[in-house]
Amino acid sequence: MTKDFYHIDFPHNQAAHCENGVTSNLLKHYGINLSEPMVFGIGSGLFFSYMPFLKVNDIPVVSFRPWPGKIFNRITRRLDIKIQRSKFKDQKESMEALDRNLQQGIPTGCLVGVYHLTYFPPAYRFHFNAHNLVVVGRENGEYLISDPIMPTIERLTYHDLQRVRFARGTVPPKGRMYYITGTSPGYDLKNAIIKGIHHTCKDMLTIPVPLFGVKGIRYLSKQMRKWPNKLGEKRAALYMGQVVRMLEEIGTGGAGFRFIYAAFLQEAAHELGQPWLNDMSREMTAVGDKWREFAVIAGRIFKNRAGQEETYKVAADILSDIAQREEQIYRRLRQIKLT
Amino acid sequence: MKKKEVPQDEGLMEGRFEDVCYALDDNGNYVAVLSKGWSPKNEAMLQAWDVIHEKVENVRQEVLSGKISPIGYYMEKNLMDLKLLADYVGLPKRKVRKHLQPEKFAQLGDDILQRYADTFEIHLEDLKNFRETLTKS
Repeated sequence: MTKDFYHIDFPHNQAAHCENGVTSNLLKHYGINLSEPMVFGIGSGLFFSYMPFLKVNDIPVVSFRPWPGKIFNRITRRLDIKIQRSKFKDQKESMEALDRNLQQGIPTGCLVGVYHLTYFPPAYRFHFNAHNLVVVGRENGEYLISDPIMPTIERLTYHDLQRVRFARGTVPPKGRMYYITGTSPGYDLKNAIIKGIHHTCKDMLTIPVPLFGVKGIRYLSKQMRKWPNKLGEKRAALYMGQVVRMLEEIGTGGAGFRFIYAAFLQEAAHELGQPWLNDMSREMTAVGDKWREFAVIAGRIFKNRAGQEETYKVAADILSDIAQREEQIYRRLRQIKLT
Repeated sequence: MKKKEVPQDEGLMEGRFEDVCYALDDNGNYVAVLSKGWSPKNEAMLQAWDVIHEKVENVRQEVLSGKISPIGYYMEKNLMDLKLLADYVGLPKRKVRKHLQPEKFAQLGDDILQRYADTFEIHLEDLKNFRETLTKS
């Protein structure tokens, strides 16, 4: 191995969601102290999509997050932070580029697949290619990894890091890496918060395709009522399990990010001096509790595989109630202005 | 969700880490709280794994009865489909499809077998003596 002892003093903090965590930690490294909820809110991380034609293992994809990289891109743009992003064809070249960064003391974010991530518990290792981590050093041929899902710094060999950076499958990461090249001290936090909220409301209310945002939740609710008859007990149970996994699997902070967003609204109320956002936060918390209620019922359905139409209907009813409540929240939030 | 309602249902994380959740403290302020897991989610994960294990076991039987080559077994075991496997091994899909046939598999040279073994992170010998390997597992 070549000379390698780089160890960047990096503020590693655990987070609920990898991209929030990576972004929040990178910003902290450059002296911008923002909590995970703040990063999530300004980066407009809240989303919903249900695309029945897009299937993984024959089960339609439900997602509570936007495309990977969006949160980082949006918040850095909104806080006037300069970033560099690159992707690679050549694997060796990607590792050299990473080494050069480490040599200069630049903590570098990487998009990776989790299937070969050796320090992950086996039960969580699916072919999922939208995980984020920060490389913060190199020592005895091993890379030091700040993975916001893990409590402390982890290590990966050259081979293992290269392999996860070049994971194959749906949306391959292609060695993508990103880092901060400059910050501007006079950034406008208040304005950034407003922009972040507007963007989320727009995403959740106005996308003209009924698969996204509030319309997407309604669509899922409508489809779910048909599942037991259309798919049969067993497949319907699998579809239901998938929704719960996406809603609660590592990284959503509970209830598909609704609680993180409620935490963000609370911070925003304080930051902007607009107490009505506290009410919005409470409403969002109530919606989060509804999502959890849904998960409990869904869990009962797929566990004992009763598959009675009654229970699917109850679950679907909760979803349409959620859609109704969320629509009200975004409609009111959309009115937000600087005071 | 209140702080004391944050579920602590031991699950699949093997104590390696805990999940960060956001919940309300007694004063109604949001705080980050660690959670060991939550049963609806643990069960959803188990359900996904049950389906996988069932598939893997079926393919194992098929390999032992000579219906499909061991590559099919390791493909399923690594949660791959044909396209993903072809991508990792660096071969066209049609070739991999051929290698799934026991007769074609028997004719493969060590260099190609090694590429499969590397992809599946097993020894070349395990792949070659698959009958023995798969009877044990």
